Amino acid sequence: MRPARIGATEVLRRPGRFAITAAVLALLVALQVVLWGLLDGLTGSTTGAYRALGADLLVYGPASRAALLRSQVSPELRARVEAADGVAAVGGLGVTLTWGRTDGAPVPTDLAVFGYERSTGRLPAPPPPGDGLADRSLSQEGVAIGDVLAVGPQGVPIRVSGWVQDASYLGQPGLWVAPATWRRVLATAAPDRVLPEGTWQALVVDAEGDAAAVAARIARATGAEALPLDEAISRLPGVEAQRASFLQLIGATTLVAGLVVALFFALITLERVRLFGVLKAVGVSSAQLLGALALQALTVTGAAYAVGVAAAVALARVAPEEVPIRLTGGRVLWVAPVLVGTALLGLATSLRRVVRIDPATAVVGR
Amino acid sequence: MPALMMDEVRKVYGSGEQAVVALDGVSLEVGDDELLALVGPSGSGKTTLLSIAGGLLRPTDGAVQVGPHRIESYGPRELTRFRRTAVGFVFQGVNLVPFLTARENLLVAAEIAGVERRRARARAEQLLGELGLAGKEDRLPARLSGGERQRVAIGRALMNEPALVLFDEPTSSLDSRLGAQVMELIRAEVKGRGTAAVVVTHDLPMTRYADRVVEIHDGRLVT
Repeated sequence: MRPARIGATEVLRRPGRFAITAAVLALLVALQVVLWGLLDGLTGSTTGAYRALGADLLVYGPASRAALLRSQVSPELRARVEAADGVAAVGGLGVTLTWGRTDGAPVPTDLAVFGYERSTGRLPAPPPPGDGLADRSLSQEGVAIGDVLAVGPQGVPIRVSGWVQDASYLGQPGLWVAPATWRRVLATAAPDRVLPEGTWQALVVDAEGDAAAVAARIARATGAEALPLDEAISRLPGVEAQRASFLQLIGATTLVAGLVVALFFALITLERVRLFGVLKAVGVSSAQLLGALALQALTVTGAAYAVGVAAAVALARVAPEEVPIRLTGGRVLWVAPVLVGTALLGLATSLRRVVRIDPATAVVGR
Repeated sequence: MPALMMDEVRKVYGSGEQAVVALDGVSLEVGDDELLALVGPSGSGKTTLLSIAGGLLRPTDGAVQVGPHRIESYGPRELTRFRRTAVGFVFQGVNLVPFLTARENLLVAAEIAGVERRRARARAEQLLGELGLAGKEDRLPARLSGGERQRVAIGRALMNEPALVLFDEPTSSLDSRLGAQVMELIRAEVKGRGTAAVVVTHDLPMTRYADRVVEIHDGRLVT
């Protein structure tokens, strides 16, 4: 029986000894998966519209600090952007945060009404004036294709002609409309922010070659703020703060998981000094002992991972609709190597202690 | 070739004013099928001598040869390899792995020495049978009596057919009747296999099973 199998045999024959640690780790895994799910859900509801654009760059007006509501891109600026080196295609983009309601709906629904000029990413070409492509999340609020939404304080009628998946903005479902429709909504919902014809809040740009290099060229040539899409997404209000907060929580749970494993194996090593001494006395090397402990750590962590993920999935299923947990396979899988790495790091704290066990001291008391 | 040869072995623990001389110029030879009893009061150096012979401790000075192995200059890795195959230990208090069965406790010794699994199993079955443990191979140590645990420990020490088996107070936790049985068993096993053995004991009546008795006082052998 090799040392690694001795370790595995102990886990199988004395599962109770490892159960508490595995249970604590499973809870931490569940917490971590749910936190990732919440982060992805919240980020998705905030940034879906930008991700739906799927463009290379967004160009904002000068001094707008990458905020659509502060930004204006005049036709002259647009022409300079279009002329910049590396720009392949340009389309106008504008948004109005407002609300809408279908006939008979008891309460209005918040909406981010986007006006846009051309098909990019997941967005088809703009619908005809008076029609809109709605974020699919609106279907959960009872909106169906063919329904007419009365949008804004004056109830601009917009017929829902199709869905766009995952296209909300700052937590509000997106409604994607033709330029003329958007300007009508803007004029009634935010009359103080009406833009002259041909002026947009931002430009959606397809770049030739490296997006960051093209963005830098546009900024230098025009004075506009040009950002690659990922950077534009991270500059959306609250996105970075949200991400940083969640990452800190996830980091803390990872740290606690490492401490749990470290403490458990430190205690178990202390408790087994004599046993390890006996094994060393009969010829088991420190490396073999550590290998057996690593196998135990991996077994406990693997079991905790499976239970923790199952618990997180169950929790996500029973969570209320307003809690936007989005579990993806990639995230769930990502937790595994982090957990394993953390467990092995935790175990490493016992490395020195195991190596220093002297069989003569442990076994014969000398 | 003697199973164990110690020449002018010294062992000093600590240094300076704190230095304690545990062995002071010990020279000893144990023949290849000899059963030697080592007796002496507590703190006389018995356990140190046993630990040096088994490669658990390195001597401060002197030469130690176990079979073909000159171990006084071995490093930790060489000593670990040496302990896998060249010596067998039966520790005071037995020290079996508590969550392994009797058979598995024997297999540990063989498999870490690289013995092929099927051969190791066959050897374990044979030894368990010879030690009167047939039918109890799958029991955990907690479900064996004190004498049975001692026999499993002896089996583990003999698994790799070492030239030298070292017993540290093998009867200390047993009553006199069981102690005598264990000593008879040790003698039978050692003599039956042509193995040398050193038995450290406080228990003078048990020395009658030995071929030779050596006494140690204050780190020196008394002739």
